[in-house]
Amino acid sequence: MQQIIALLVENKPGALMRVTGLLSQRGYNIESLTVARTLDSTLSRMTITVEVEPQTRAQVIKQMNKLVNVLQATDVTEGPSVNRELVLIRIRTTQSTRTAILKEAEIFQARVVDSTVEGFVLEATGDPEKLDEFLDVMRSYGDIEVTRSGIISMPLDNKKLRLSPPVPRGAAQEEVLEYQRAE
Amino acid sequence: MSSNLLSGARILLHCLASENVECIFGYPGGVTLPLYDALYDHPIRHVLVRHEQNAAFAAQGYARATGKVGVCCATSGPGATNLVTGLVDALMDSIPLVALTGQVPTKLMGSDAFQEADTFGITRSATKHNFLVKNIAELPQVIHEAFYIAASGRPGPVLVDVTKDVFQSQSHYTAVAEIHLPGYRVFSEGHSGQIRRAAQMIWEAGQPFIYAGGGIIAANAAGEFRSFVEAVDAPVVCTLMGLGALPADHPNFISMPGMHGSYAANMGMTHSDLIIALGVRFDDRVTGRLAAFAPHARVIHVDIDPAEISKNRHADLPIVGDLKRVLPKLEAELNALAAELREKNSARRQAWWKQIREWKEEHPLRAERSDSEIKPQHLIAEIDRLSGGRAIVASDVGQHQMWAAQLIRFNEPRLWINSGGLGSMGFGLPAAIGAQFARPDKLVFAVVGDGGFQMSIPELATIANHALPIKIVVMNNGYLGMVRQWQELFYNNRLSEVALAGFPDVEKLAGAYGFTGRTVEDPHEMPKALEEAVHTPGPYLLNVKVSPFENVFPMVPAGGAIHEMVLRPPQPVAV
Repeated sequence: MQQIIALLVENKPGALMRVTGLLSQRGYNIESLTVARTLDSTLSRMTITVEVEPQTRAQVIKQMNKLVNVLQATDVTEGPSVNRELVLIRIRTTQSTRTAILKEAEIFQARVVDSTVEGFVLEATGDPEKLDEFLDVMRSYGDIEVTRSGIISMPLDNKKLRLSPPVPRGAAQEEVLEYQRAE
Repeated sequence: MSSNLLSGARILLHCLASENVECIFGYPGGVTLPLYDALYDHPIRHVLVRHEQNAAFAAQGYARATGKVGVCCATSGPGATNLVTGLVDALMDSIPLVALTGQVPTKLMGSDAFQEADTFGITRSATKHNFLVKNIAELPQVIHEAFYIAASGRPGPVLVDVTKDVFQSQSHYTAVAEIHLPGYRVFSEGHSGQIRRAAQMIWEAGQPFIYAGGGIIAANAAGEFRSFVEAVDAPVVCTLMGLGALPADHPNFISMPGMHGSYAANMGMTHSDLIIALGVRFDDRVTGRLAAFAPHARVIHVDIDPAEISKNRHADLPIVGDLKRVLPKLEAELNALAAELREKNSARRQAWWKQIREWKEEHPLRAERSDSEIKPQHLIAEIDRLSGGRAIVASDVGQHQMWAAQLIRFNEPRLWINSGGLGSMGFGLPAAIGAQFARPDKLVFAVVGDGGFQMSIPELATIANHALPIKIVVMNNGYLGMVRQWQELFYNNRLSEVALAGFPDVEKLAGAYGFTGRTVEDPHEMPKALEEAVHTPGPYLLNVKVSPFENVFPMVPAGGAIHEMVLRPPQPVAV
């Protein structure tokens, strides 16, 4: 079953590799992946769509949460969330199809971002299923070229972010045991 | 802040010293030249091994014998890739390790420069965490973070890859005041409500059984554990990684459980109604067929790593925390509960102990002996006699490892040093080196097979250089014994590429390195030969020719349930 995982990670080299490595080492194929900076430029928000066997789902999330660079990993599939994707389509047109294509685009609330005599580039956003339908419709007008952004996700319930506070450096080993209160 | 500029190499050594590092195991190379130049007149001791893999194993031996972070060092490219087995080994067994590697100069990275390898990428899945340092300003912070991550929580290996230009460039040194890793959570205290419920469950059980692992040793909680065991008074099995968590001579100690565990250990596990799992990971070598494992038991699982909870076996009552903190609290809760609850099941518990003792007597772990040849178990029993439960035994991987785990008593933690999870052959000899450096006061045996020994023969030079008084005992059956055992039992006795012909003459071999070597084949001479090895000052290489076709029993065939163990050879052994 498809699992959508939302992650908040430190914006550091290798952070993405660590997260995707947990999936590839189990032989899971990533369906889509988006990463971008958050308001805080030291952090990135990541959304991964991946096919994971049901019995390993919780384990994968736990392993992600163990990564030093990961502040939070959440299984979005579990709770209510808004999932959106953006698609860009290049479609070739003829005199006779142009109007019809524009009409269809309007139905899907797609925008024309480039228009030439050969055709259009259309932009549409929506939930992934709706975009699939849009692509099916557009394909009926001929060959299309497609770039999809991959899913970005916003959970509707606000999960509390628990971060570890700084640890003063003192007598190394003692302090390691003294600290450790973050639950 | 000092006004003097320091090189990156000096800053690195300064940071190591402030982490109380006494000893580094390493091997120099091109890009680490500046580091080794700084080491030349630095008080930190560097032990030159003969292969980088053994630097990682020796650092592990040091860490396993002390609980301190082991440090190893290698150059870029082949130096770094040679460390990888040792890193994965430390990851599997949760051993705190910091590996330092050199990287080609920043401006050459990605150009296929001489001895360039993507160490950061290669070791991503081989470490708990890794770092690449391309800027000297980050160096102190990263080094301290590396030590903090390696030692805290569930310990593990951390690699720091440092470019040559960072070693060479100059900077002011500012002491690092704090570690800030917002995403790195360490769970320590344990949930008090869960601990209370666990205490209740423990008194409600009639057949409680304690399944104790390496987590107790990693937490330095052997004292707390013993006290807890005596409060509960349940039988205890210690896993391969947990041997020594409870003294082997303690009346509650049964043995190791699992594939080569004793009859009593596996029957106890199978018939228990409550498994108290402490610092364990329900490894397949312990559980056998998972569906048939402890079918009547509820499970209390205490571990510092939340990802271990319900990974393999569902935990009816999970507690995430540091055993050193959790065990005393659990014991206090046990004592706080009403006496009537505590006494409720005492009759059932007495019957349970009676049953356990019967199982123990029915099929004890026994050291075979013979008049005509040295039985490997006999050799192990003699090592046990000389150790008296107090010597460090660093083992390699295979049959000898299992016999040692079955038959050598460990009355303290950190005496039994072996590659448990990864099962890396070649581990025993370098690990013994690390352990002997860490504990110069201790008698250290390297118990190795003729296969694993030949994987690390070069380290005889390291032993000789430092006159380390390690007693190397080669259990020599002329075979890769454990692989042969499986070929005999499960592959129609078709012995494919397991005979190790051409074992060297150990008198000449040890002699070539300047110490004593001897071969013994007579079972009546063997105990004396072993005593002589122990009483001869300095290193000693004892080659013990044991009966070639002896196999390890009891044995649970792969995929079997642990109570379906094979207690002795199913047929006359192959000739």
